[in-house]
Amino acid sequence: MSSDQLAQYLFTGLTQGSLYALIALGFAITYTVTGIINFAQGEFVMLGGMLSYLVLDDLHLPIAVAFLIAVIAVSLVGILLERLAIRPAKDAPPVSLIIITIGAAIFIRGMVQQFISKDAVPIPPFTGNGTFSVLGAVVTYQSLWVIGIALVSVVGFYLLLSRTMIGKALRACSINKRAASLMGIDARNMSTLSFLISAALGAIGGIVIAPLAFTQATIGVALGLKGFVAAAIGGFVNLPLIVAGALGLGIVEQLGGATLSAYKDAIAIGALLLVLIIRARWLQTAAGSE
Amino acid sequence: MKRVLKKALFPGLIVLLMVFPLLAAVGCGDGGEETTPEATSQVTPTATAQATPTPTVAPTATPTATAQATPTPTLETYKIGAVFAASGRNAPLGDPEKKTAELLEKQINDAGGINGHKLDIVIYDTESDETKCVLLTKKLIDQDNVIAIVGPTSTGESVALLDTVTKAKIPLVSCAASYKIVQPVEDRYWIFKTPQSDLLAADQIFSYAKKQGITKVATICDSAGFGKNGEEALTMEAPKYSMSIVDKESYGPSDTDMTTQLTKIKGTDAQAIICWGTNPGPAVIAKNVKTLGITLPLFNSHGIANQEFITLAGDAANGVIFPAGKIIALNAVPDTDPQKPVLQKFLTDYQATYNSVPNTFAGHAWDAIQMVVMAMTAVGNDKAKIRDYLENDIKSFAGTGGIFNMSPQDHNGLGPGAFLMVKIVDGKWTAIQ
Repeated sequence: MSSDQLAQYLFTGLTQGSLYALIALGFAITYTVTGIINFAQGEFVMLGGMLSYLVLDDLHLPIAVAFLIAVIAVSLVGILLERLAIRPAKDAPPVSLIIITIGAAIFIRGMVQQFISKDAVPIPPFTGNGTFSVLGAVVTYQSLWVIGIALVSVVGFYLLLSRTMIGKALRACSINKRAASLMGIDARNMSTLSFLISAALGAIGGIVIAPLAFTQATIGVALGLKGFVAAAIGGFVNLPLIVAGALGLGIVEQLGGATLSAYKDAIAIGALLLVLIIRARWLQTAAGSE
Repeated sequence: MKRVLKKALFPGLIVLLMVFPLLAAVGCGDGGEETTPEATSQVTPTATAQATPTPTVAPTATPTATAQATPTPTLETYKIGAVFAASGRNAPLGDPEKKTAELLEKQINDAGGINGHKLDIVIYDTESDETKCVLLTKKLIDQDNVIAIVGPTSTGESVALLDTVTKAKIPLVSCAASYKIVQPVEDRYWIFKTPQSDLLAADQIFSYAKKQGITKVATICDSAGFGKNGEEALTMEAPKYSMSIVDKESYGPSDTDMTTQLTKIKGTDAQAIICWGTNPGPAVIAKNVKTLGITLPLFNSHGIANQEFITLAGDAANGVIFPAGKIIALNAVPDTDPQKPVLQKFLTDYQATYNSVPNTFAGHAWDAIQMVVMAMTAVGNDKAKIRDYLENDIKSFAGTGGIFNMSPQDHNGLGPGAFLMVKIVDGKWTAIQ
C-alpha cells in the first residue's frame, strides 16, 4: 500500500466515521435517558436525506433551507415516534419497546418508499464537486462539510449536556429516573427530548452524507448498525469513546475493504460481535462484584 | 447507571443478536407487498369467435374461468404469471417490465385475445427480494394456477427459482442476464431467458477494449447475483481476447462509497476499469472515479442500460462505455435490420401509453411474453407443450433483445449481433464502433 493510498483510506474513513459518530450519539442519548435502544435511528438518517431530496427536487429551495426543513421535520418524526409508539407502552419490558422501534423503522421505510421514492436519489453537493489533495489523498469539499458539520454537532451536543440545565436534566434522568422526577424533572418530557435530539442528529448526518453517497429508502438498516457498533464501543455513555469508536470503525472499514473488499460489510458486524462479547463479559464481572 | 445498564443492556444485546438477521432480511423494502393481481377476469359468452371480448355487458362477472355451469360455451382465460422487481433496488428494471406486461396484455386482449381466449397476466412485485420472489412464484403456481411464468427481473431471483419451477414442471422465461440461469441446459429443462447473456456482454467489452490496444484491466463487481456472475463471465472470456485481469474488486449492492476499491485499482497497472452491477453501485463508482481523478476508460455492463444511471451519476456518466440492446440507440440500427420495425412499434406504443421511453429491461419482458403468447397460440394451455414449443419452435424471432433461435442446447437463443456498443456523451447514449 502506498502512502497516497493510506492517506486516502484514512481520509475516507474519517468522513464515514463522522457520519457514524452522529448516528451513535443518537443511539446513546435515547438509550441513556429512556433505556430503549431505538432501532429507528437509522431511519432518521435516511429520512434526513430523503426529505431534503424532496424539498430540493419538488420545491426547488436552496440547500440551506432544505437542510433546516429536513432536520426540523425529522425531529418532529422523532417526537411523534416517542409520543405515539413509545410512551403508551412505557411500562412494557425494554425488549418490547425495542421491538416497537423496529416496527416503527419498517413503517417509516415503507412510507418513504410509497410516497417519496423507491429508487436511489441524487442530491447535489453543498458547494460543488471540487476536490484538492492532502498528503496524496483526494479530498472533496463535501467530505469537509461532513466532517465539519459532524464536529460542530458533536461539540454542540456535548455543550448541551454539560453546560445547560436541560442537559443536566437529561443526565439526571439517565442516572436515575425516579430520583430525577423526585427532583422535579419531568422524565416523560426528557424522554421526548432525547428522541428529538437523536432524530435531529441522525437527520443532520443523513443530509450531509447524501451528496457523497446517494440516498435511498433502504440505507437506514446498515447505517443504524454501524452507528450502533460505535455507540456500543463507548458503552453508550462515554462520549469521547463513542466518537473515537465511530471514527475508528470508519477507518478500519476502509483498511479492511482495501485488503479484502468482498468482506467490507462484515467488518462492522464483526466489530459488533467483538464489542458485545467484551462488554457482556465486563457486565458479568461488574454484576458479580456488586 | 450500572443498574440501568445491567437491566436493559443484557436483554438488549441478546435481542440484537437474534433480531439483526431478521432486520437484514426484512430490510430490503417493506411498503407492504405491492401485489397487483390483474382485475377479475370476466368471462364473455362467445357463441361465435368475437373480435373483442366485450367487458361490460356480461350478466354475471365470475372470478374464475372454469366454475361456470351455464350452457353457453365459454372460452377459458389463459393465465400467465409474472414476477418482477417493481420496487426496491431493481425497480428501474422491474417497473418497466411490469408496465410492458400490462401494455401487452391490453394489446393482445383488444385484438381478440389468444385464439379468442382472454389473456390474464398475473403480476406480483418481488420488491427486489429473492425470498419474496420464491414465495410469490409459489403463489402463482399453487393459487393462481398459471400456465407459464415470465420473469423474474434479476439473476439472484432467477437462480432462487430454479428448483421451484423445475419441481412444478412449469415453463419459466426469465428476464435476467446470467448464463447460469440456462446452463447447464440438462438441468434447466423448464427454464429460458430473454436477455443477452453476460458472456456475450463480456465478449463485447473485451473485443472493443482490444481494438483500443488495452491488454490489462481491473474489474469491480457487485457481490450479489448479477455482479458475481459478471465477474465469472469476465474471467472466463478474458483469455480469449488475450486480456489479463490484474485486480478484482467487489462491493456490496447497497454500498455507498467505493473509493477504497478504486484507490487500490489506481495503484495497479490496469489500463481500463470494468464495472459490473446494477444501480446505484455503478453510479457511485462512476462518481468516485471522477472524484479520485482516475482517467482510465470506465466500462460497464448492460446492467446500466437505463436512464437512472445517468440521473444518478450526473456528469460522471459521460465517457462510460457499455454494451446495450439496440433499443437504446435505435437511430444507429439500419433499416434492413429485422429488429427495427419491432423496436419502433414497441417504442411508439410504450411511449404513447406511459409517456416515457422503455429501456432494454422493458424489452426483455416484451420478448418473454411474446414468446409465451406465440407458444400458447400454437399449442394452447398446456405447460409441457408450451415448454416444447419454446425450446424447438422459436426460430429467427425478431425481438427487442436480438434475433432469437432457441434450441435444446441453448435456452437463450441469442448471438453476437444482439449488442451495440454505446458511449454516454453529454448525458445521452451514442452508438460507437
